[in-house]
Amino acid sequence: MSEVALILLSAVLVNNYVLTKFLGICPFLGTSSKVETAIGMSFAVMFVMTMASTASWLVQQYVLIPLDLLYLQTIFFILIIAALVQFIELMIHKTSPVLYQALGIFLPLITTNCAVLGVAILNVQQDQTFLTSALYGFGAAVGFALVLILFAGLRERLDGAPVPALFKGSPLALITAGMMSLAFMGFSGLVKI
Amino acid sequence: MTHLLAALLSLGAFALLAGVVLAVAQRVFHIEGDPMVDKIDSMLPQTQCGQCGYPGCKPYANAVASGAAEVNHCVPGGERVMLQIADLMGVEPKAVEEEAAAPMLAFVREDECIGCTLCIKACPVDAIVGAPKQYHTVIVDQCTGCMLCVEPCPVDCIDMLVKPELLEHWAWPLPDTRRAAVGHERRGHHAGHA
Amino acid sequence: MPAMLRTLAQKLGMMAHGFHGGVHPHERKLTAGMPIEDCPLAPLYIVPLKQHIGEACTPLVAVGDKVLRGQKIARAEGYVSVPLHAPTSGTVVKIEEHPVVHPSGMSMPCVFIEADGLDEEDHSLERMTNWRDLDAAVLRERVRMCGIAGLGGAVFPTFIKLVQDKKNPIQTLVLNGIECEPYLTNDHQMMLEQAEEVLQGMAIIMHMVGAESGIIAIEDNKSDAARVMRQALAENSELAHVHVAVLPTRYPQGSEKQLIYSLTGKEVPAGKLPLHVGVICQNVGTAKAIRDAVLLGKPLTERLVTVSGDAMPRPANLRVRLGLTLRYVFAQRGLEDFENIQILHGGPMMGERLRIPDVPVIKSSIGLLAMHQDTVMQAHPAEQPCIRCGHCSQACPAALVPNLMADHCRNEQFDKAEAYNLFDCIECGACSYVCPSNIPLVQYFRYGKGQIAQLRREHDFAEASRQRFDARDARLAREKAEKAARRSRVRKELAPAPDKDTTTKVEKSTNDKAEES
Repeated sequence: MSEVALILLSAVLVNNYVLTKFLGICPFLGTSSKVETAIGMSFAVMFVMTMASTASWLVQQYVLIPLDLLYLQTIFFILIIAALVQFIELMIHKTSPVLYQALGIFLPLITTNCAVLGVAILNVQQDQTFLTSALYGFGAAVGFALVLILFAGLRERLDGAPVPALFKGSPLALITAGMMSLAFMGFSGLVKI
Repeated sequence: MTHLLAALLSLGAFALLAGVVLAVAQRVFHIEGDPMVDKIDSMLPQTQCGQCGYPGCKPYANAVASGAAEVNHCVPGGERVMLQIADLMGVEPKAVEEEAAAPMLAFVREDECIGCTLCIKACPVDAIVGAPKQYHTVIVDQCTGCMLCVEPCPVDCIDMLVKPELLEHWAWPLPDTRRAAVGHERRGHHAGHA
Repeated sequence: MPAMLRTLAQKLGMMAHGFHGGVHPHERKLTAGMPIEDCPLAPLYIVPLKQHIGEACTPLVAVGDKVLRGQKIARAEGYVSVPLHAPTSGTVVKIEEHPVVHPSGMSMPCVFIEADGLDEEDHSLERMTNWRDLDAAVLRERVRMCGIAGLGGAVFPTFIKLVQDKKNPIQTLVLNGIECEPYLTNDHQMMLEQAEEVLQGMAIIMHMVGAESGIIAIEDNKSDAARVMRQALAENSELAHVHVAVLPTRYPQGSEKQLIYSLTGKEVPAGKLPLHVGVICQNVGTAKAIRDAVLLGKPLTERLVTVSGDAMPRPANLRVRLGLTLRYVFAQRGLEDFENIQILHGGPMMGERLRIPDVPVIKSSIGLLAMHQDTVMQAHPAEQPCIRCGHCSQACPAALVPNLMADHCRNEQFDKAEAYNLFDCIECGACSYVCPSNIPLVQYFRYGKGQIAQLRREHDFAEASRQRFDARDARLAREKAEKAARRSRVRKELAPAPDKDTTTKVEKSTNDKAEES
């Protein structure tokens, strides 16, 4: 049980993919202008990341290792992720056309979201079991969702703040992201082993 | 050689599997028409004026949803509607080319009206009442100020009047302070890149 | 005391309930204790056709008509409306647009009455001295007919509140004698001088709504009024279940929902009315007006007005006929030059700034203040950036977050402002009063509310237009189809009978072709 808690804590806060590993910055900045969009994106990524990490673990264990095809790892994983992204794209288009429009190009771009591939590859590198790898993928996705929604909330507030013209828009977003990253560094002392 | 074959086969089989799953998903999540059309249509002011180059608000909504038209053609909607649509469509806002005139109302000078019913036929929202050889008049509460009735009138007896401002519809302005002026500027700036 | 401790103490019954927040501005009750004086009659009266919340009235008189004081001169339109009455006897000289009390300075149709100086009254309404035997509906109609609207300043038509609802029986009548705005003393003075009449009005209201108990709420800076009311109550055997509650002086104690919470601990939910928690609230002036309407058959043609302000030479509590211009009323108390003077209609916290003194006194005129321009400017220095101190949230009697709401209003994020419950704001001005950065928060809320109302109006109009457009489209399509059907029928009839076979053949072949294509 403590292992489960440790994995989740590590994936969500301590080793947060966006703010400490700096993976997946593109959708982090691209889809955080509105909280609603950020929530939609978070759920899409959560689905893709969890599914991709379990599927990639299965492929690794039962296809790549037995057939000695480890050099094809990236191609296989990308194939899995791409298929999952296509699937979620179809689903969002059907269930929420507004969200589909709002996410725009960033939805298919989850395919190239390095955080998703990163989780899949790190999972197999760390010799996780099936369950822990699923958990790790899910935790990483929750971490992504957490910071994305927090960041979107901050940006919404800052949208109306009287900041100097020099800092308007992207500069302010980057500074905010940097400060959030500093804040998340505080979590590195959270777990002592 | 067998190694290469295994690689090709396993990758091919895997891709095939993914393809089949997606094909099924495509069927399951199939959508009829474009759900965006109604959303856009509900944002348009429904003047049905045709200033966008389409014969009404719905056709324009259709064109925008399918990507055939830009988001900035609705003249009476002005910048606010353009921003809303751009936001919904997830595209860059574009400046509205024509400045929207103040809200207008059509007014028939009844003593000059010959009762030809041409304006009645032209009105997109049935806001003109009258019968052949009878005076026509505009229902003030329902006139959208689209000006489509002005052109067909053979005796030019329709005037467009500026809609009078009502006391009940008066709204407080932004507070008149230095800060508020800066706020105005900022909003203008934001509209440019939001 | 920290807010949490206070809430805990209240929950445990160790402390009286107090509403959240509030402020204590300087009272400046210059006219406290000054006896009510009658404002002299004037030669001209201007009666705006809308003096209450709701729909405007339609005039019943024409130019040249002779009217008596109390005669109905305008009919109520719609439900939320009350009629208007002539403030004195005289002749209707014109009905036209004239500037009225409104922050926009815009005009509204008004009835101009030239007084004949006789001030003859219309006695057509009988006195209902037997009100105890009358049905509540009869009394209610009398209150409506007499044009009574909430005289505490909100001017909501009073009869609407005076209902006996089976689902929401009213237990308690709260008589509001709080008068928490600085400068104002007219309610205070009314309680001192006309306690008996106010109590009669209260008894009538309690009879109408079937309330069992009553509370007369008075702030502790008016202890003399509390004493007088207590004494009057002691002499009145009828009002056994009524008591006087003295509350700490705190603005906006007099606001309906806040007052009810302070007195009963019942919170009126957002978007609901006090009657949903079994309470109704009436101003003391309204109670007196109801008493006059029922016992004397007198419609509402005058009200008490506090004429005060730091630029006022001789402040006073005046009984003023509705329709007198502010310029005339001020002149009676020695103010004739309006150079560098800002006129406020209402109290200094919630009142409206007026541009010109030529507007008439209306039913909502609780106070007329003449302030030095400098005082007003000092109270509203240039706005500074928000420093997020949170004073505004602490002061807000509706427990809102004013700084965020103002941000959203300013940036036209109206949906978010609404999500922060913008429409629960009572515009009391406590937040603006405490703001160290002098942000005119209430102005932003008013702007936001106005814009939202306008957007809704536009949206409703667009929706109606769309429906008409669709209906027209459907009609045109139907007409076209009918025309086509008629044409083919006529063609068939015109066609000679022997050719019938060929026609069907032709039709058949065209059908075939259509199918093929």
